[in-house]
Amino acid sequence: MTGPAGTLPGAADVAIIGAGVVGTAIARELARYDLSIVVVDAATDVGTGTTKANTAILHTGFDAVPGSLESRLLRRGSALLRDYAARAGIPVERTGALLVAWSAEQRRALPEIEEKARQNGYTAIRPVSASGLYQREPHLGPGALAGLEIPDESIICPWTTPLAYATEAVRAGARLELGRLVTGVRSGPDGHALATTRGTIRCRWLVNAAGLGGDLVDAMLGGGGFTIRPRRGELIVFDKLARPLLGSILLPVPTAATKGVLVAPTVYGNVLLGPTAEDIGDRSDTGTTAAGLAALLDAGHRIVPELAGEEVTATYAGLRAATEHRDYQIRVDPARRYACVAGIRSTGLSASLGIAEYVTGQLAGAGLRLAGRMAAGAGPPAMPYIGEAGTRPYQDARRIAADSEYGRIVCHCERVTRGEIRDALASTVPPAGADGLRRRTRAMNGRCQGFYCAATVSAMMAAAQGPAGGGRAGGPGPAGPAAGHTSPELGRRA
Amino acid sequence: MNVDVLIAGAGPAGLAAGIELRRLGVGRVLIADREAEAGGVPRHSAHTGYGLRDLRRVMTGPAYARHYARAAVEAGAEVRAGTTVTGWPGWAGPGEATGRTGSTDPDGATRRTGSTDPDGDTRPTGPTDPDGPTGRSSSTGPAGPVGPGAPGGPISVTLTSADGIETVTASAVLLATGCRERPRAARLVPGGRPPGVMTTGELQQRVYLHGQRLPGRALVIGAEHVSFSAMVTLAHAGADVLALVTDQPRHQSFAAFALAAAARWRTPVWTTTAVRRIAGRDRLEGVELADLRTGGTRFVGCDTVVFTGDWIPDHELARLAGTQLDPGTRGPAVDTTLETSIPGVFAAGNLVHAAETADVAAAGGRHAARYIAAALRGGPPPRGPRIPVTVAAPLRWISPSAIRAGGPPPARGHFLLRGDVFRRAARLEVRQGDRVLAAARTRLVPGRPAHLGAGWMARADPSAGPVLIVLR
Repeated sequence: MTGPAGTLPGAADVAIIGAGVVGTAIARELARYDLSIVVVDAATDVGTGTTKANTAILHTGFDAVPGSLESRLLRRGSALLRDYAARAGIPVERTGALLVAWSAEQRRALPEIEEKARQNGYTAIRPVSASGLYQREPHLGPGALAGLEIPDESIICPWTTPLAYATEAVRAGARLELGRLVTGVRSGPDGHALATTRGTIRCRWLVNAAGLGGDLVDAMLGGGGFTIRPRRGELIVFDKLARPLLGSILLPVPTAATKGVLVAPTVYGNVLLGPTAEDIGDRSDTGTTAAGLAALLDAGHRIVPELAGEEVTATYAGLRAATEHRDYQIRVDPARRYACVAGIRSTGLSASLGIAEYVTGQLAGAGLRLAGRMAAGAGPPAMPYIGEAGTRPYQDARRIAADSEYGRIVCHCERVTRGEIRDALASTVPPAGADGLRRRTRAMNGRCQGFYCAATVSAMMAAAQGPAGGGRAGGPGPAGPAAGHTSPELGRRA
Repeated sequence: MNVDVLIAGAGPAGLAAGIELRRLGVGRVLIADREAEAGGVPRHSAHTGYGLRDLRRVMTGPAYARHYARAAVEAGAEVRAGTTVTGWPGWAGPGEATGRTGSTDPDGATRRTGSTDPDGDTRPTGPTDPDGPTGRSSSTGPAGPVGPGAPGGPISVTLTSADGIETVTASAVLLATGCRERPRAARLVPGGRPPGVMTTGELQQRVYLHGQRLPGRALVIGAEHVSFSAMVTLAHAGADVLALVTDQPRHQSFAAFALAAAARWRTPVWTTTAVRRIAGRDRLEGVELADLRTGGTRFVGCDTVVFTGDWIPDHELARLAGTQLDPGTRGPAVDTTLETSIPGVFAAGNLVHAAETADVAAAGGRHAARYIAAALRGGPPPRGPRIPVTVAAPLRWISPSAIRAGGPPPARGHFLLRGDVFRRAARLEVRQGDRVLAAARTRLVPGRPAHLGAGWMARADPSAGPVLIVLR
């Protein structure tokens, strides 16, 4: 536990900077061994950076660069996550994807994409004719020429995934030190001392999973092989009533001129349109733009014209941690007991467990001792199910009979019950604020955006957290530190 | 459980309908409302002005809500709060375990809830079933008739509450699910997503139901009646309201409201001004405003932004039932008896005219109740075919948006209209094909009600196509 003045007693075996999907996946993997683990992040919750604002697709990696580390870890990670999601209750739907060519140039690119998929070890890809596309997707706009079907592309909940990792890690003894911006690293023969906005954290081994701040943390350790070049992607979420317009993920064919946008269902029963791709300088600018939203709507209405008649539920933007390199930047330095896990771009969610497994192997090779310790009851936690495909608490008569709070719907658009909100507020990794509660329960995420429920939900949060600020497992209270997440240096990523 | 009439929504329309149904001798009337208390939006509209037309006295929203809720119980209707109508069994609602696929709804949207697996089968599967394709739970069926029940037959709905999940079968259903304001995201206002940005509905509940204080500077987006109500609520919560901001050339409320705002709270109305961007990430910093005349932009720092008006019906249940939607109101298209395109399913209140005052919604509920009661008695045979009534821009919508030969006039004897322009003495023309059925004068203010008499209904020819209302 945290000692006085925020200083940890003694040194952790491993400190991980970054509580995104990559950092928490590594924490989960390492926490299975006899190691003391601490995860540090400037943000007051897990998964608030690139992790939360993406297209929420569990990629097969069919279109990765063949032979790259990304291709390998994506393929491995995707298989691991499919299995893990099933056991942890992370919503996943195997909708499949259709890659649709709208021009002769795009159609000419299809055979190459198919070949690339085979080089990436993905053989289930197959061509689809124009009539096949319209048979599968009757609401597809006019002008589709041909396509490819990728039957294993899936949609996933990007919020439950890092929460499941973090929950499993914390239950296995890892500590979450959230709301602490790392401002400097001093390395010596015994390990590292991380200066943070709330005291010093000492560790023997250091893992840099700082996402958009990856190069800045790397620079604190004398690195310099890469620079993060944030790429902003804006997305639009359509009303659930649009969901029947779409069966599978509709992917664009990337060309030299444009990467294109996709239209995909979400596990919450919405339709997602995006992303734009814009290189920006600011590592924290997750604002949407009028031009970006207009361009998305224009593209979306061509792909699925009937989207024009549907309401928009939300718009958001995420930043991808791209670098000047085409591949992941993962290096382990045995002498300095330091692992750099950077440049994970936009595939981190799908590859996370593959990355964690790989990094753990590299650390072991570099001398980190992995003594076995699989505690009884260890393994994936049973996460609250917030997908639309399975049974939610409000639909579960037995559950309501056992606890009537699961019959009291508070958020009407998303049908979230008092019981679920109560559970989230008392969970192993509780939310630090309204956004955290949204990601854990879907409350306030629906079409009314809080018109009906936000006041009630806020009152529940205030009551649960109490005047003292409530308990957070291994982290700051919900009031959080004033310092940190608006730092121009690191954004809130770590 | 069986009831004669199931009413979804215990706001003014639903409660008034329940009271009227009981008065007309209908036996079992169940009013379900998903909120913890019956009463609807007036519950948290603490300002006065309620009850003028229907109760002949002026009261606050909460008093009005309590009055109706009590009166419904006294009339013998069963009012169940905390009870959500979660779906139409046998019909594919969100998350419903089963559903028909492949049927076309009247918007032209084919409802297809199943994902097809690579073999072309669609099977019901669990979300995390590692052995099977993790498709959306579904079952495939042939294209079936749209709607929750066979025409004229009983209609089943699912009710979910703390008491469990129950299927209720009703001879008729009244949808009275009301409306809400379009939130910032649906208005496509770009920028960050900090807290402190809300709608009037959320604001009123925070302040009047939960006693929240909102110190600091606030901006109200919109300048219609509800916008002034938001301003008063903000002032009550301790906020310094900088201005009401509207892209219109002038405010859309009563002159007295704007004068009072200026005199008592020193709150101006910034006209011809649009919100370009919300700034802030963890905390609202302010908004960027554009002057639509000059194109110039300026930044205004504030701690709260309230988006007001821009109403949209809460039409989820109506759409899931497969009722035909009116493209103008976005609520179910109803005829002058307030019946939807599905026999036995009626709709009233702000679901079909978003948004009117509570007393107008209540009058609609009573109106629907009379025709529901008549239908339950077996009444006269079905009326003539529906004749759609549509509007041409700059008129936005008309409600009801269908008539039938021999049908009654609408509630309160007139149709409700909305226009997107200011016109002091607008000349409306009612046309059917080449014929002009009527001409009328009304005042148009965006977001404010306008009325059209019903005397022309008898002159409409059932075989001559839609009736069109145009602004001359």
